[in-house]
Amino acid sequence: MSILDKTATELGAAIKNGEVTVMQAVEASLSRIEESESLYNCYVTVDREGALAKAQEIQKKIDQGILTGPLAGVPTAIKDNMCTQGLLTTCSSKILGNFVPTFSAQAVLNLERAGAVILGKTNMDEFAMGSTTETSAFGETKNPWNPGHVPGGSSGGSAAAVAAGECFYALGSDTGGSIRQPASFCGVVGMKPTYGTVSRYGLIAYGSSLDQIGPLCKDVRDCATIMEILASHDPKDSTSIKRDDTDFTDALVEDVKGLRIGIPRDYFGEGLDPEIKEAVFGAAKVLKEKGALVEEFDLSLAEYAIPAYYTIAAAEASSNLERFDGIKYGYRTQNYSGLHNMYKKSRSEGFGPEVKRRIMLGSFVLSSGYYDAYYLKALRVKALIKKAFDDAFAKYDMILGPVAPATAPRLGESLSDPIKMYLGDIYTISVNLAGLPGLSVPCGIDSRGLPIGLQLIGDCFQEKKLIRAAYTYERARGGFAGPMQNTGSGVSGGSAGAGEEA
Amino acid sequence: MANIISDETIEYVGILAKLELTDEEKERAKKDMGSMLDYIDKLGELDTRGVEPMSHVFPVNNVFREDVVTNGDEREAILKNAPEEKNGMFAVPRTFE
Repeated sequence: MSILDKTATELGAAIKNGEVTVMQAVEASLSRIEESESLYNCYVTVDREGALAKAQEIQKKIDQGILTGPLAGVPTAIKDNMCTQGLLTTCSSKILGNFVPTFSAQAVLNLERAGAVILGKTNMDEFAMGSTTETSAFGETKNPWNPGHVPGGSSGGSAAAVAAGECFYALGSDTGGSIRQPASFCGVVGMKPTYGTVSRYGLIAYGSSLDQIGPLCKDVRDCATIMEILASHDPKDSTSIKRDDTDFTDALVEDVKGLRIGIPRDYFGEGLDPEIKEAVFGAAKVLKEKGALVEEFDLSLAEYAIPAYYTIAAAEASSNLERFDGIKYGYRTQNYSGLHNMYKKSRSEGFGPEVKRRIMLGSFVLSSGYYDAYYLKALRVKALIKKAFDDAFAKYDMILGPVAPATAPRLGESLSDPIKMYLGDIYTISVNLAGLPGLSVPCGIDSRGLPIGLQLIGDCFQEKKLIRAAYTYERARGGFAGPMQNTGSGVSGGSAGAGEEA
Repeated sequence: MANIISDETIEYVGILAKLELTDEEKERAKKDMGSMLDYIDKLGELDTRGVEPMSHVFPVNNVFREDVVTNGDEREAILKNAPEEKNGMFAVPRTFE
């Protein structure tokens, strides 16, 4: 088995027992990056020298017994909206094209304390606004399963880097599906934790009441292991929650007997690709055979989540992005007359079209005369959506459904019609509105050879139930071929029951 | 399209958003915002009388801490990011005439 075929925890164990050195792991990752980056463009910045120096430092600490954690020495990648001290952090925007933070995000510090080696910063939709990674100011990322297709977004660079073997795991952020959807499109595991579980300190804000950092990785064991490292109470984030149930790896148990799983009928109506429906029901069948109690129910309000979300997210974005004014950091226009003209021109030249579109919408729904009708109305609908989930979780331990209505679209097909693109977020968005945890795990491959994701949604603080169910499903499914092995022939050794043998 | 966005509205929103749009961008923004608002109007189908607006899912309280400096002097590193710097300070265009 080559180093790059190992999962993050497998590599961590191999480093620990001396089979592999940190340097070998980092060099293997860097040479894969060298081979395939020109094709996929997963990274905005590759920190080759930094990673090589770090490899030596971490190896020493492992040898001395200072670092003993499960992911010590494992190379990782960070989405480019998380601050990394001394390392360019652009949010894939021209306006931050030269920004070098003086501090690191708490989530990044947590990884570093656990011995992570950061290979670089991954590409994303500009300011995390988009579902395809095509709104990046630094070119689109391509899907390693088929470079004619998008990797999803906004954490598309992170998902593609994991799928392409250009890192062993990566951090993403999820405001309306930005971890789960690219994970699904790239055939990897992704998790958005309960709001407040991972510190947002140092995460460049998009929609502060919705944003959460989480892992993109190769399997459910990696997901639980990374989550244990990421979760922490942080006094620097006033929405950070003190939890004492973050021993997520304890939930890596193959047992779903008696687990009550609800399948929302509203998630399987018009607009869902029949191949995805078949794959997701196939996965539900697997869990049922393992002893879970699976039934269909009506969640209600699904179609109201998108308009409520885009109102709230745009409003928060218009406020959060006011800080980019060309004064303290970032881009400043060359030609201007006076302070206000400088603000306007710097912002207009620095932001891309999708970011401007959302800032405009957000400014409008917050403006006097429209605030009640749009913004407060959306917050009221958010309360109703939360209530609908509360009712569902009174009956079920978790909700099972698709991640997205279609597999990865072709490059260049999504941006022309914003509303159509926003509709692609229909199954992921309400999870952020209600602050819930959601997990995406591969469950099949469609007839075009592109991966399909299964989404498990839990009540607040119920990540462990999701991990247990996803782990049980993954074991039953068997190995999931990566894009490197993939020639469009389907899930290897799987009982996933979907789209096999394309 | 139910929502027609006027030139005045786009001008006004441009001021709020601190964005200077080209004529082409303005036309596009009028169309985009109109169709987004048509879509958002769907929320009007729901009766939300008596429902409190929910800004955060969990109760958010003020978090207090002692006002103690924990970081060091980072002036140099911070100023390195400034588009323009003068005598160890951020340089800005003249604000008062």
